[in-house]
Order: sequence, then structure tokens, then C-alpha cells
Amino acid sequence: MDDAIAVRGLVVDRGRRRVLHGIDATVPRGSVTGLLGPSGSGKTTLMRAIVGVQVISAGTVTVLGAAAGSPPLRHRVGYLTQAPSVYADLTVRENARYFAALHGRDRSEADRAVADVGLASAAGQLVGTLSGGQRSRASLACALVGKPELIVLDEPTVGQDPVLRADLWARFHALAATGTTLLVSSHVMDEAARCDRLLLIREGRLIADDTPAAVRAAAGVDDLDEAFLRLIRASQPDQSGQAR
Amino acid sequence: MSPRILAATVARILRQLRHDKRTVALLVAVPTVLLTLIYYMYADQPAPPGQPSTFDRIALVMLGFFPFIIMFLVTSIAMLRERTTGTLERLLTTPLAKTDLLFGYGIAFGLAGAVQAGIASAVAYWVFGLQTAGSSALVIMIAALNAVLAVALGLLCSAFARTEFQAVQFMPVVVAPQLLLCGLFVPRDEMAGWLQAISDVLPLSYAVEALQEVGAHAEPTGTMWRDVAIVAGAAVLALVLAAATLRRRSG
Repeated sequence: MDDAIAVRGLVVDRGRRRVLHGIDATVPRGSVTGLLGPSGSGKTTLMRAIVGVQVISAGTVTVLGAAAGSPPLRHRVGYLTQAPSVYADLTVRENARYFAALHGRDRSEADRAVADVGLASAAGQLVGTLSGGQRSRASLACALVGKPELIVLDEPTVGQDPVLRADLWARFHALAATGTTLLVSSHVMDEAARCDRLLLIREGRLIADDTPAAVRAAAGVDDLDEAFLRLIRASQPDQSGQAR
Repeated sequence: MSPRILAATVARILRQLRHDKRTVALLVAVPTVLLTLIYYMYADQPAPPGQPSTFDRIALVMLGFFPFIIMFLVTSIAMLRERTTGTLERLLTTPLAKTDLLFGYGIAFGLAGAVQAGIASAVAYWVFGLQTAGSSALVIMIAALNAVLAVALGLLCSAFARTEFQAVQFMPVVVAPQLLLCGLFVPRDEMAGWLQAISDVLPLSYAVEALQEVGAHAEPTGTMWRDVAIVAGAAVLALVLAAATLRRRSG
């Protein structure tokens, strides 16, 4: 019960292709866990399974002690899809207020969520007129507004400037300090160092589930990018000599 | 279903519509422009003795048909946008029930259809001198009900469309046969038996019959109320089927 997420033997097929090959992973409560891996490695599929919108072939996904996607969890889990999923023909504020209303939160909480992602000055703007980075922050505000216990964020920092990225990571850690659990995917290795724990995934297989320090130690290098490369090679001894 | 979430969803959909001023203008103007065309098309046609003028006969049916076709298209595209932009996937991870979303669309676009029908009816009665034996309020009610039916059918059909191209193709499939067989072009009882049988299962046939009852009788008739109940039942059935085809989990 200490784990916010417990994944056991998760297999997902999309069409005839196996996307996840038996994932076992846990995410502790009140932490920021990074889900790292290249594009197409299965990060989004794993996140969709955790929020309960993915059809799974085998295995179990337990979230906050209940089966992933079960109705009581819909009040307790926030999900940010990879593409900004907000209404382009509503203003930032109107979007936040709608998602706030779905979670039974009031207007002031919606306005606070907008301010928290640095969009207070653009709150009255239509989302369709925002830049890509602003639009994804508007989407982020809608994921945070319900004050969920578990927040699943699919690449929340793509396209953000470095200062904003640092702000967002500071906010993620502030949320974790209050007991919220965050699962954050990224394909940028420098973000891995900001996480309390890392899940490294490649071609639908988990190749590491540890703290950044332990990942570095296991690979014997300080640079996480290099460590990830070594772990991949170690997991595929037959291909270790091939250039990729 | 939760009244709070349903109300928030209706308000959200109407707000989206309000921001799209061109769509609002089209919703209001297009039926009026088309009624004008119909008026001048039939202006010189003599009325058959003892029967309503051709304009009265056709305009009355069109008042019900315009909200039907327009709301079907608007809903198909709106729901497809929910799917393709990912908002639907996100909504399905929230406490929103599927019926909150579907009835939210039914209510919001039903209201829009009622406003549209009200304006088109005002023009038909006051500008073009439309004559009906029954009350104009009943005409507007039936037209608004048609809008709700169209929204329900649009929500159901959008489940079977993956792209905008596919979604608009459902318009001729769903709308055209209902218009052809509703009794406007050939009275239903003069059609071949198999055509009548098809007409009998198409909800628009009953909406048109209800409008014709209002056109011919000063007081609401039993047939009209039966037809209204059938159209409302078809709308609820389509919404329930749409909820059944909407899956929280996808592949």
C-alpha cells in the first residue's frame, strides 16, 4: 500500500505489434518518478494503462490501491496527454474552470492553477492563439486543477524555455513534498537528474527502476545519458557490438 | 450522471460556440437565406384548390429539416474534434460520466437548434406569410426536437468515423434517405410498400408528419403527440447507443 502505482506483468498489444513486453514497476507515494526512454519506447502506452484508458493484454495495474481506471480513481488521478488536450476555442481560464468543475473545484482554484503554470497574463486568451509551449502549460493547468493524489504527465516540459522548465520542476517537487505522487515522462536525459526515481524503458521493456544515483552507480558513469546507453547495451548483449 | 458536471459541460459547449462568431452567424443566417430561395422558387406556383400553397407545404417541413441537417453536421464534427484533439481521452479519466458528455451535447446543441428554429420560424411567419392551422410554438418545439435528434444521431455516427472526411460522409448516408422518404416529395401512403417500410423506421418521417399535423389542425392532435414521442424516443435511444459505443479504454 506504500506504492502509488504497482504494475505487474503488464503486456499491451496494439494491433499485431506488442508494445509492452511484461512490465513490472512500482512508483512510491510522494515522489517524482521520471519515465525515460526514446520516442516510441512505450512511455505513453504505459501511462495510458496507468490512467486506465488503455486496453491491456495481460498483467495488472494497481493505482492508489485500486484497479487502474476504476471509477473512484477518476477523482484522484490527473492526466496530461502528450499533445495538449485543451479546447482551442476556449480561453485558458475557461478551460481551467471547466476541468475544475469536473473535479468539483471552484473558480478561484482554477485561476490559481492557471497562475501556477505562469499563464496568469494570458488567462483571457483563446488557447488556439497561444504558442505551443503556452498551450501545453494550459493543458498542464487542467491536469493540476483537480488537486489529484497522483499526477501522470506525458512530456510536460517539451517546448518550454529553460527558466520555465526549472520553475515547473520546482513545482513538481513542491507538490511531491505535500504527498502528491508524480509520474513524469521525458525523452530528455537532463530531466532525469531532477527525478527522485527513474524508470528507464526501451522497446517496451523496463531496463532500470531505481534512483538516479543508483542508475549512475550501476552503469559506472556520472552522465545519465551515458549510463542509459550502457544499461541498454548490458540488457542486449547480442547487439552490444553494433553501432546504433 | 451528475447535474453539476452536466451543467458545466453544457456551459462549456455553448461557450465554445459563442467564441466561434462565424458559426453563430451561419447558424442564424443560413435557414433564412434558404427560406428566401424557397419563397421565390414557389412564388408564382398556383396553390391546388382547397390545399395549402406549395410554399406553406414545403417551408413547414424545411423548418424542421434545417436544424436536423445542420445540427447533425455540427455535432459530428464537434465530437470528432473531441476525439482527435485528445480532450475526449482526458475527459474519460475525469469523474465525468459518458452520459454527462453525450446529454451535454444534446442539451447544448438542442438549445442552439431551438434558437435557430425560432429565428427561421419568425422569418417564415412574419416575412413570408407562412400559414399553419396550428400554433407556431408547436412548429418551433418540433424543430427543436429535431435538433436534439440530429445531435444524438451525430454523436452516434461520430463513433464510427476516424477522420473528418469520414464524418462528413455520414451526412448523405444518414440525412439524405430520411429527407427523400419523409413524405415531402411523395406522400408516404403513395410510396411502394418497401419504401414505406423503410420510411416507417426513419425518425424524420414522424417529425415531418407531426409538422404536417400542426399545419392542418388548429389544435394539437393525438397523431402529433404520438409522433413527437417517437422522435424523442429515437433521440434518447441514439444517445444511449452512443454511450454504449463510447469506450473509456481503447487499443
